Amino acid sequence: MIVGDSKPLEEILEMIQGKEKVLVLGCRGCVTVCNVGGEKEVGILATMLRIARKKAGLAPTVDERTIERQCDPEYIEELAEVAEGYDAIISIACGVGPQFMSERYPKVPVYPGINTTFIGGALEHGVWSERCQSCGNCLVHNFGGLCPIARCSKSIMNGPCGGSANKKCEISPDVDCIWHLIVEKMAGMGRLKELERVWPVKNWITSRDGGPRKRVREDLKQ
Amino acid sequence: MRLQYPTNIKIIQLPCSGRVDILHMLKSFEDGADGVYVAGCMEGDCHFLTGNFKARRKVNYLKGVLAALGIEPERVEMFNMSSAEGPRFAQVAREFTAKIKELGPSPVKKAKAA
Repeated sequence: MIVGDSKPLEEILEMIQGKEKVLVLGCRGCVTVCNVGGEKEVGILATMLRIARKKAGLAPTVDERTIERQCDPEYIEELAEVAEGYDAIISIACGVGPQFMSERYPKVPVYPGINTTFIGGALEHGVWSERCQSCGNCLVHNFGGLCPIARCSKSIMNGPCGGSANKKCEISPDVDCIWHLIVEKMAGMGRLKELERVWPVKNWITSRDGGPRKRVREDLKQ
Repeated sequence: MRLQYPTNIKIIQLPCSGRVDILHMLKSFEDGADGVYVAGCMEGDCHFLTGNFKARRKVNYLKGVLAALGIEPERVEMFNMSSAEGPRFAQVAREFTAKIKELGPSPVKKAKAA
């Protein structure tokens, strides 16, 4: 899923300063699963904003709404009758949400209420970890199912580097050296010899280095 | 035991303090409560093992939220007491009420009245 963090309340309050009618818009996709932008979080953020407004003696018009997904136009369309009645919309979906919203409703300022951080998974309730960097050319099967692109600080294909010590990466004692784990995993599987393969420089054209990406499926397109 | 405690306290019963939600506490402040406290079981005595620890973490999180909103974080607290400690329940109720009275009305309510 796409993982995000709430923006500091102070930052959001500054964004909506002087805006009378505000909508907090959630998304039932990834951000619901990572507890940052679902119906519950919409309720929490909207309540906080209403308290702040009441405290400042302002009209506490902060409405709540959560749609199925903010990354599909048909759900964005559901707001057609109400969107332009707001002075500000705070989207707490990933970075796609505020963009889709402001493309469809150009008259209303749309603000991001969260910072989108990475593609990852839940290690336990309340803990998420980065697993994919969407490089556009998946090779994890060569490394025992562990991704050296997303999980090595330097994204090196032929590791470990000299910064690996006691299973940890030199950038922080909290970061595992993924190359240490790759070697251990491959050894455990009896596939250590496969790591003797020398990987040439990775072609990053499939990643962001090739510019913004777009995918067209001719079989699905209408 | 006919124990007296301040009448301004509104009790919201929950099956376990672990069920307390940020929204329960936030909505209370939105609706004009001057203070909110969670009365959970003694640490280590939770029937569901960690409910009271979870409640404490949520209370601590809310303290940060209140501070960001410019509301005194002391307006929300967590207390531990066993269900057999009626006198302590009444004592905490009196002490917390006294503390909140000292802090005065919630700034949310003050603005509304002004």
